[in-house]
Amino acid sequence: MTETLLVYAIIPFIKIAVIVLILSGAIAYLTLFERKLVAHIQVRLGPMRVGWHGLLQPIADGLKFILKEDIIPSKADALVFTIAPAISLIPAFVVFSVVPFGPPEMFEGLLRWSLGWFFDSATVESVAQNTLASGGFITDINIAVLFVLSVSSVGILGIILGGWASNSKYPLLGALRSSAQMVSYEVALGFSIIGVLLVAGSLSLVEIVQNQEKAHLWYVFVQPVAFALFFICGMAETNRLPFDLPEAETELVGGFHTEYSGFRFSLYFLAEYANMITISAVAVTLFWGGWLRPFPNVSWLAFLGLIPPVLWFLIKVFLFLYIFIWVRGTLPRFRFDQLMRYGWKVFLPVALGNVIVSAGVLLAFL
Amino acid sequence: MEVFLFYTLAAILVVFAIFTVTARNPVRSALYLVSALLGMAGLFFLLKAEFVGAVQILVYVGGIMVLFLFVIMLVSVREVQGERRANRQWKTAVVLATVLSVELIFFVVGGADVFRTEAVKQGVITQIQTANTQNVGQMLYTNYLLPFEIASILLLVAMIGAVVLARKEL
Repeated sequence: MTETLLVYAIIPFIKIAVIVLILSGAIAYLTLFERKLVAHIQVRLGPMRVGWHGLLQPIADGLKFILKEDIIPSKADALVFTIAPAISLIPAFVVFSVVPFGPPEMFEGLLRWSLGWFFDSATVESVAQNTLASGGFITDINIAVLFVLSVSSVGILGIILGGWASNSKYPLLGALRSSAQMVSYEVALGFSIIGVLLVAGSLSLVEIVQNQEKAHLWYVFVQPVAFALFFICGMAETNRLPFDLPEAETELVGGFHTEYSGFRFSLYFLAEYANMITISAVAVTLFWGGWLRPFPNVSWLAFLGLIPPVLWFLIKVFLFLYIFIWVRGTLPRFRFDQLMRYGWKVFLPVALGNVIVSAGVLLAFL
Repeated sequence: MEVFLFYTLAAILVVFAIFTVTARNPVRSALYLVSALLGMAGLFFLLKAEFVGAVQILVYVGGIMVLFLFVIMLVSVREVQGERRANRQWKTAVVLATVLSVELIFFVVGGADVFRTEAVKQGVITQIQTANTQNVGQMLYTNYLLPFEIASILLLVAMIGAVVLARKEL
């Protein structure tokens, strides 16, 4: 009984709490990182006032957001207006429940040590052996990839509903654009993942990483086209430049969140950055070997194994976030017709072709 | 635990389904439908049909509901709220509802045995399926190939129809 309680309730709860905390902190500092990086790309300094080189800026921003007045427009649909930001933010966090950040035996030692204080050795042993408790992930389900796709598709609703509930034209236009954009790019995103699934033969993200370890090969080298598509469509899904038409400030004031202020606005803001982290983490897991070190089978590079797997995962995710911001600082925004044309006439056919070619090659040679 | 979860999800499903048809505001109606669909997905997860549950969310919530909202958003809410709740097709609706209720009563009276299809009775589909997605795929491409192909042709026809309707000149 204690064992079941530990494996299915207490340990997952602690893991979830820790991940939510770390993720929130990461999001806060990602905003600062973005501001600094974009500033340096544009030969500016960025935030400098609060703390050393603006290091405390996110905290100041957060406080300001909470203290600002939360305005609900008088003609707005109050219920929908209030819950829309939460609909946008929650899925971004939920996706992380299936993303593995470390190998299945990651916390085995820690569990043995910490549980040893309270329980008898038999209980400790069986809990530590259970991968659900000791694994570097909250849960490992056999439809993880589908789960990621379906949960992240719920996030779109938050943007659409928020834009509509504001009862104002700019948010409505922003919401319309974003729904059109996300629905179109989701299709290509899904097809790009199928390429990986064909090679991996599993829908579990943990198994996909383990299969990359067994194959001694990161799937980006097997499926480069799929990776390129995934990355581009992921950028479109997160509404990042060059695909940030839903909030194009030069044409739509602020897009779907024009009428939002204070804490609710910050929820949308957090959702965007959380989505960035999520997309990067999923990309790392599917294509760049998750927690694996580079060249896992080359023996003279064994010293790379000194860096723990979770750190490798974080380094890779960080690199992706860097590229996200770098792209933002470099490329101009697409026009809406260009965006739609690329989505349906370039990315979708290429993604379909990639699936057909990969399946054919797998059938013919393996 | 399972019974408790079932009744919670079923309650969510029924309550939001009622809200969906009674709400006067079409966007709220859509929002309630989303909640009902999520409850439905939860029921699928509870039945260990993870694949169906995930696809339910992906297709209905992420796809169809987004397109619904796309259209509803552009309709003036005040106009719709003033409209009558029933339209001219209410007689057809009554007939359909009666047929459905009779079917439902038949199933409830018949018990669990009514739900066992031939495939289950013959043991083609077993109760315990660990790798859900593989099983669905295998079933679709072997035992149920014909219905699957018919459904795909139906979708193709619908797609061509949509393109024809949307284009002004061909």
